[in-house]
Amino acid sequence: METIYRVMDALLPFEFLRFSFMKNALLAMLLLTPLLSLLGTMAVNQRMAFFSDALGHSALAGVGIGVLLGVRDVTLSLVVFGVLYALIVCVVNHSGAATKDTTISVFSSMGIALGLFLLSRDGRFSSYSSLLTGDILSIGANDLLWLAVSLVVGVGLWAWMYNRLLISAVSPELAESRGIHSRRLEYLFAVLIAVAVMLSIRWVGVLLINALLILPAAAARNVCKSAAQHALLSVIFGVASGVAGLVLSYAFNTGVGAAVVLCAGAIYFVTLLVRRLATH
Amino acid sequence: MNLNEILHHHQPCRLCRISVEDVSVTREGEALLSHVSLHMHCGRLTALVGPNGAGKTTLIRALLGQTPYTGRVRHQDAQGRHLGNIRTGYVPQHFPFDRQMPVTVEDLMAGVLSRRPVWLGVSAPVRAHIREQLTLAHGEALLKRRLGALSGGELQRVLLALALDPLPDLLILDEPVSGVDQNGQGMFLELVEELVHSHHLAVLLVTHDWALVRQYADDVVLLDKTVRADGSPEEVFASDAFSELFPAVRR
Repeated sequence: METIYRVMDALLPFEFLRFSFMKNALLAMLLLTPLLSLLGTMAVNQRMAFFSDALGHSALAGVGIGVLLGVRDVTLSLVVFGVLYALIVCVVNHSGAATKDTTISVFSSMGIALGLFLLSRDGRFSSYSSLLTGDILSIGANDLLWLAVSLVVGVGLWAWMYNRLLISAVSPELAESRGIHSRRLEYLFAVLIAVAVMLSIRWVGVLLINALLILPAAAARNVCKSAAQHALLSVIFGVASGVAGLVLSYAFNTGVGAAVVLCAGAIYFVTLLVRRLATH
Repeated sequence: MNLNEILHHHQPCRLCRISVEDVSVTREGEALLSHVSLHMHCGRLTALVGPNGAGKTTLIRALLGQTPYTGRVRHQDAQGRHLGNIRTGYVPQHFPFDRQMPVTVEDLMAGVLSRRPVWLGVSAPVRAHIREQLTLAHGEALLKRRLGALSGGELQRVLLALALDPLPDLLILDEPVSGVDQNGQGMFLELVEELVHSHHLAVLLVTHDWALVRQYADDVVLLDKTVRADGSPEEVFASDAFSELFPAVRR
């Protein structure tokens, strides 16, 4: 870690990076925004924005169940619960019990309610409230290592399944005719999103995580025409909002997650404007 | 090559054919197709016609291996020897997709043809191959175009290029000209006709457009759960079964 800090001091001699918690926060941003932005491109193409939103909300239930079962490691309970939750939502969606948005809405509210129910016992919810808004300034070296591993593994899996996901997103029928198992792939992708979201959620927050997944990809989609541009622009937008948000929150002494999402939102509206101007 | 051979060059090669033998499809006790037998010859365009609900789509799904059936579909050469499984290519009737999606023709085709994620760029050999396939379908200018920005006719060329890779024994065109203007219809089928001859494909064309059948089909199969008539367009149009099923159509 010390070596990384020294390199950062040499390359980025900024006032806000004097503190090591700010250095850690910046590193965390650089590790978690690229994966979320990349996965976001397909979440947007597959119309899964609502799904990932529900997934984020369910994190509360994940922590609650973890506490109930006496699991010490919050990250572990988050990831395990997130994966199960994603699979259950997929299965219920495909069972055709109700329309997709209804099912997801039911699961989303159940996730929040279960989480609040479990965590608010004896009036102790305040000790978990940092989950809602995230606390990236408290991230430690060990957590950073986890983010780095998840970035590498996540991008690897992403590259492995990308083409098939793309074909399925364009046309499930075409995918089927080419021997692609769209259903299996969709489950796998949902699990990948679940893991990425759950590993990031303690730092970004339940309320804001979905914005970080969806906004950069949605903004990139406004101004690009190919899959490569979509991926590249989404990552650039995601990383830029992450870093800009961190600097803003330092300057105005506000929460980091909120500042990051405001930056991503600003980029989104700019791209919307650019598209308007380009088509007229 | 004598004159006769030249004349016969574009005639049925009859060297190989795809035989549908006694194919039946039943779903929940209802017969969707019963005892369908027909031949499709390579180098010839066979039109599949019939009223709504006649089982045209079911037959296509059976040929594509997407629905279980009884009976046999065989690929034979002139001596009746088996040529193994048939490879089918399919151009769907509808291709609904999200037109806002940032995906180019090249992205789509490279996504089908290779495993290297298309956001890492398309390798030179794959790109060359895609160009070749698009050229076959007269769509070489479409490579870098966004899928959602294509016209109906252009999209059809891209779908044809995909259906031709790998080169199929049987190319199935499911009402391929709906949503395309009259001029586009003719151009597309002329392109298909060219491919039928240059690559000796067997083509099965599902259509309701009698003018197209007259102009482009070599053989016609009239289906209504089972084969009601088959032969040349003239023969089928003159059949009793045709006037029974399509009393309003002028022959």
